[in-house]
Amino acid sequence: MSKVRLLVGTRKGAFVLTSDGKRQNWDVNGPHFGGWEIYHLKGSPTDPNRIYASQTSGWFGQIIQRSDDGGKTWNTPGSKPEDLKGADGFPRGESNKFVYDTAPPNGKPLTTHQWYDGTQHNWEFKRVWHLEPSLTDPDTVYAGVEDAALFRTTDGGKSWHELAGLRGHGTGPQWSPGAGGMGLHTILLDPSNPNRIYIAISAAGTFRTDDGGKTWKPINRGLHSLYIPNPNAEVGHCVHRIAMHPSRPDVVFMQKHWDVLRTDNAGEQWNEVSGNLPTDFGFPIDVHAHEPNTIYVVPIKSDSEHYPPDAKLRVYRSRTGGNEWEALTKGLPQKDCYVNVLRDSMCVDQLDPCGIYLGTTGGQVYGSSNGGDSWNAIVRDLPAVLSVEVQTLK
Amino acid sequence: MIRVTLPFHLRNLAKVEAEVSLDVAAPVTLRAVLDALEARFPVLRGTIRDHVTEKRRPFLRFYVCEEDWSHHSPDAPLPEAVVSGKEPLLIIGAIAGG
Repeated sequence: MSKVRLLVGTRKGAFVLTSDGKRQNWDVNGPHFGGWEIYHLKGSPTDPNRIYASQTSGWFGQIIQRSDDGGKTWNTPGSKPEDLKGADGFPRGESNKFVYDTAPPNGKPLTTHQWYDGTQHNWEFKRVWHLEPSLTDPDTVYAGVEDAALFRTTDGGKSWHELAGLRGHGTGPQWSPGAGGMGLHTILLDPSNPNRIYIAISAAGTFRTDDGGKTWKPINRGLHSLYIPNPNAEVGHCVHRIAMHPSRPDVVFMQKHWDVLRTDNAGEQWNEVSGNLPTDFGFPIDVHAHEPNTIYVVPIKSDSEHYPPDAKLRVYRSRTGGNEWEALTKGLPQKDCYVNVLRDSMCVDQLDPCGIYLGTTGGQVYGSSNGGDSWNAIVRDLPAVLSVEVQTLK
Repeated sequence: MIRVTLPFHLRNLAKVEAEVSLDVAAPVTLRAVLDALEARFPVLRGTIRDHVTEKRRPFLRFYVCEEDWSHHSPDAPLPEAVVSGKEPLLIIGAIAGG
């Protein structure tokens, strides 16, 4: 019988929640790495027992953790005696070493971006926001980091190297941080084309490579952002999250700082599909596992008031790829609710009917085992949830 | 043996008790002790000082014999009390406040 495993990152540790395919009764395991911020955890699609976690701290910086047994035990990659050894006979301890590539490919500067006051500022590594394991190799993982850049490991997390073509393609000096920092937060791997990757950055926008990460181009045509000097600029948009269905990799959905958008041609042109949403501000967006035109968002009142409109937590579902939305409320709090749902805190499983999960800044994790028609609280009192990923296990 | 006291989260990360003992060849400096600590516990690399610049992370402090050595040269010889093992080098995390 199938099982599902939720990987929940919070402000104070990681939690692993498991259930059978009915998704009614859950075991809660954790906290792992208690007291640390766990920005994101994600399992390898080819080896579900291989899970990577981003563990961070304002005091001690970045740690990468890896589990090879489905989240029961964890190690920092390269720290086992049989792992990589340095010249002194000790492991090198480089699994948390994220160093920007400062070589100037094509003669373009790689060292500065726009700061809050408009001056140029050196890139400074702060943390890993998102880990995206390869679709084909459990030792290969992409990492989206703050300050925004894309790194990759091909040795199971022991060492990381920047794909510097993203920062070096030319618009980097125009990127700037939002209030939450300048993070590369979304990485979409095209299952039909291993050379194509989409990424999104707050506040720079969305970018695409068609050659495996060597060269990149901004794909923000159609985005309209009133909070930047030129609302239709090539870069500078605060994209909160993008999502696609693996069967239609040219169709990508976007939750922007304001506006929900859709492209049907791999980002060459975006069109707004906010339709009848009560507000088109929000963070996560995701696509139903079996219905490529069914998408989900969680409207938030505004960029100044990060809680649901009318104090009601409502997931909105569109079965038409946008524009026409219905509120999903059954089992979700419909009064006095002032939580937020962050960009990496909503996900879908692969079961039928499709399960949907979301975590809140109030520490609740809600699940629906029927495509969003009704919801239950899986757990209510975790630390503030930063991310939720789900693994569907045989 | 040089004694080094670690903050709670670094103890857990290195899977050690509060205090660790290290063999450090003379001259015993802050840099030499941290080099030895990171060689013995590679998981601590990058958590106390930056991987590349080796600058101390801002929210950590080094206390030696009731003195704050955070801004001392990393190549200054540590006091005899630390070299002899009578006193530990304390690595302290800033309190969070609030």
